Amino acid sequence: MNIIVCIKQVPETTEVKINPETNTLIREGVPSIINPFDENAIEEALKLKEKNGGKVTVITMGPPQASEALKKALAMGADEAVLISDRAFAGSDTLATSYALSRAIKKLGEFDLIICGKQAIDGDTAQVGPGIAEWLGLPQVTFVVKAGVEGGKLVAERLLEDENEVVETKLPAAITVVKQINEPRYPSLKGQMRAKKAEIRTINAAEVGAEESKVGLKGSPTWVVRIFTPPPKTGGEMLSGSVDEMAEALALKIKKNGVC
Amino acid sequence: MNYFLTEEQQMIKDLCRKISQEKVLPVRLELDEKGEFPREIMKTFSEADLCGLYLPEQYGGFGGGTFEFCIAVEEISRVCGGVGVTFAASALGAVPILLFGSEDQKKKYLPDIASGKKLAAFGLTEANAGSDAGGMETTAKKDGDNYIINGTKQWITNGGEADTYTVFAMTDKKKGSRGATAFIVEKDTPGFSFGKKENKMGIRCSATRELVFQDCKVPAKNIIGKEGMGFIIAMKTLDMTRPGIGAQALGIAQGALDEAAKYSRERVQFGKPISSLQAIQHILADMATQVEAARALVYATAKSIDSGVKDFTKDASMCKLFASDTAMRVTTDAVQVLAGYGYMKEYPVEKMMRDAKITQIYEGTNQIQRNQIALKLIKESASKK
Amino acid sequence: MGIKIIGEKCIGCKICVPACPFQAIDVVDRKAVIDETKCNLCGACVDTCKFKAIMIEREVVAPKVNLSDYKGIWVFAEQRGDEIQEVTLELLGEGRKLAGELGEELCAVLMGSPSIEKKAGELIEHGADKVYVVTDKALSRYSTFPYTRTFVSLINKYKPEIVLVGATTIGRDLAPRIAARIKTGLTADCTGLAIEPEKKALMQTRPAFGGNIMATIMSENHRPQIATVRHKVMKKAAKEKGRKGEIIKDQFKPEAEDALVKIREIIKDKTVKVNLAEAEIIVSGGRGLGEAKNFKLVEELALALGGAVGASRATVDAGWISSHHQVGQTGKTVCPKLYVACGISGAVQHLAGMSSSDIIVAINKDPEAPIFKVATYGIVGDLFEVVPALTKKLKEVRG
Repeated sequence: MNIIVCIKQVPETTEVKINPETNTLIREGVPSIINPFDENAIEEALKLKEKNGGKVTVITMGPPQASEALKKALAMGADEAVLISDRAFAGSDTLATSYALSRAIKKLGEFDLIICGKQAIDGDTAQVGPGIAEWLGLPQVTFVVKAGVEGGKLVAERLLEDENEVVETKLPAAITVVKQINEPRYPSLKGQMRAKKAEIRTINAAEVGAEESKVGLKGSPTWVVRIFTPPPKTGGEMLSGSVDEMAEALALKIKKNGVC
Repeated sequence: MNYFLTEEQQMIKDLCRKISQEKVLPVRLELDEKGEFPREIMKTFSEADLCGLYLPEQYGGFGGGTFEFCIAVEEISRVCGGVGVTFAASALGAVPILLFGSEDQKKKYLPDIASGKKLAAFGLTEANAGSDAGGMETTAKKDGDNYIINGTKQWITNGGEADTYTVFAMTDKKKGSRGATAFIVEKDTPGFSFGKKENKMGIRCSATRELVFQDCKVPAKNIIGKEGMGFIIAMKTLDMTRPGIGAQALGIAQGALDEAAKYSRERVQFGKPISSLQAIQHILADMATQVEAARALVYATAKSIDSGVKDFTKDASMCKLFASDTAMRVTTDAVQVLAGYGYMKEYPVEKMMRDAKITQIYEGTNQIQRNQIALKLIKESASKK
Repeated sequence: MGIKIIGEKCIGCKICVPACPFQAIDVVDRKAVIDETKCNLCGACVDTCKFKAIMIEREVVAPKVNLSDYKGIWVFAEQRGDEIQEVTLELLGEGRKLAGELGEELCAVLMGSPSIEKKAGELIEHGADKVYVVTDKALSRYSTFPYTRTFVSLINKYKPEIVLVGATTIGRDLAPRIAARIKTGLTADCTGLAIEPEKKALMQTRPAFGGNIMATIMSENHRPQIATVRHKVMKKAAKEKGRKGEIIKDQFKPEAEDALVKIREIIKDKTVKVNLAEAEIIVSGGRGLGEAKNFKLVEELALALGGAVGASRATVDAGWISSHHQVGQTGKTVCPKLYVACGISGAVQHLAGMSSSDIIVAINKDPEAPIFKVATYGIVGDLFEVVPALTKKLKEVRG
């Protein structure tokens, strides 16, 4: 099985702090990590490879330091890593990003499955996976919580709001996975040593065959007008007294608020 | 302090730290309370290629030495001394084979230990033979191509969980300590069973059991080295693995120091954090200095061993002695700094104090260590002109 | 086109340096300098500069279509099992406001089995002036290809200016596919919508960075402007019984690609009684519960309040409850009127999923638990005492 995993290097958003004076984000010193959902994607690819044989190629679109994320994926056990990097890609929104990635995937040759994480924890859009599927004309299965290959088809269970849906799709296809699908393995010591020496193939916009008008700022219909930090929550009340007293006070407050 | 770790050694340190923080920390209090063996955690270490750090590459190991091993044990013990000793004790069972085993034995047993597929254990101590290891009563009687082992080993770490056991038995009582022989005994060998799991003060997630041998038939090819070499093998093994216990004690001490320092910044009394009180500052300063001194000694010893120094008995004893005494002092101080909260089981320091105590006792009591150090010292003094 | 430091305005104060997630800014000789090899044009630095000394130059790409051809606010009427989903009514409510500002029509797009047609009236009663209806057996349950193709054909035929879709599992599967097919702009999970008065274009505000920041996004040179909208944020449209509107039917065209993905099985979760995302009241349990059976306390409180049961990730990972109840960054984002957190410490990932709830009640024995920072009402205490006591009192108070 030839599997391609699309990953993104993101800042560790759970460690991002707000500067209380300027009310802006402090991103300095925040480590860059593989987007957590993409770690699940890599793990799922490795599991499918272990079961069905084949190859796992990891690709990412980003600045040169995104190769660190690729090295970590190699250390986890991916076979090959490709970095798509070019000034021309800077400022890409999800449409331009999925376009560039789809061109790169086409360049890599035949594949059976594309796996993406559900969403990136910085952008939080969950749009690139379906976007890639559209550019490549592939069937898509989103929110996958379980996946397997049966008789040349992919059988995937989707995590919906209050039920799960099991679908089967012909390959090649593209899927996006949720965190509940697996527990990503640690990059083993030997894997890390191998990754250190590994070559990361880097390709630019021209090599990928990306049309200038479809990438970067030019290829992005959406743009960020403004970024602001939400006002901090204040004015909470801590109740006191005996358990019964607090319970009664709270019950009354809830009733007063007309919630129920 | 900068100990000039190589990139690979830093990788080992970081990986052990990450796994310990993410997998061990959330469950350490529960494992301690229930006395539950950390099987899943050991599996994670195995998958991360961390179980064979000190074993040669040709047997599937990492090809590192005592120093790499100590770095790993320290990081794991920093979060939980029980998981740390589970990890370290496997080396105790493997090192006799590594140092004295035949090529066939190494090929047969070391790869599974290196991969973490199997754990090992070291069976020396008995009810009547602790410090006086030479007084062991377990016997191994030659019977054709086999030996029949009878006797009971006590307080064996990883007992019941390990697959590969290095067991010491008397083949010739008349020769005293020169009459002991080392055997490799596999779990599930008929006649080999386990006693109940011991209910311990500390390192409670570590499995400690009796090894019971009742007419247990073991093939002669399972002898490590030769008949009569048992005692030497045991002593040389302990010399080599002693820094690992030093590292365990060091890790426990560091973990306790971290908790105490953090708590002192958060706990407010008399309108300010207690870290601003000189009494607390002095305790922390002494703790930190002792921990750093222990680290320097453990690391230096490990590196010295790895450099090929022939006689490191005194050094190994010193680092184990100092690190374990330090761990006991530092963990006790940590409980003191956390005061009332330190006494409560919800806070990790009382466990660290309970965990630290054993490091002063096993792998040679600190009294035995002092004996060894003194004897070596006097010998050295005598040989100087 | 790119990023530029306006030298005369920059005083070298260095506020922009820590704001860059790619460490691309440095201050040299008291002026900010941007390393173009690292800069990703994300714009994070632009807003942190108090002197407006950083500028990202965008070449205004001429629209590929005649913008004035596109009129109307469309709402995707999500249906499941022939029931119109609540989020649709919220979108109609918000859509009406936008339609009013632009002086245009509010329309709904309804797809499903033939029996869904009778629901068109409900949409009109909630404010839709027109309802585009496409029915076929193939559309009875959502599937990417038939729905995308149908919606895109409607868009191409009737040219809406704005399309709003609920940010549900259906919406977040459908909208990106539509947007990529038409090559237009899509903003995900919006919590605020407005019309920019000069350009008369949609301003879409939504959380990013795990909810740490809000971003306002526009796609004014493309049509339609598409947004998926988080539910329980916008106000539901009021129902006007007997309201009249137009129903426009269109034909479903089957294609071979529809057979590529087949639904094999639906696995219902018997523990889910109320769709968490739609619940007005949620009572959640965390690690403090200690074991699975203690969720009973949470369930009893939820019952007393008429609410749904939620859970932290720790409890789901421990296998105490199914993942459909999980609230948080890797679970569901919820916005109920009342959220009661029992034995939940309030890790950042959990807060990301519930911090915009109207009223938050936190019950935890640890006074330092981060959940208390976002709680409207906090109780420091043993949940095993507090939760049953609260359940009892609520039953008394509600009578």
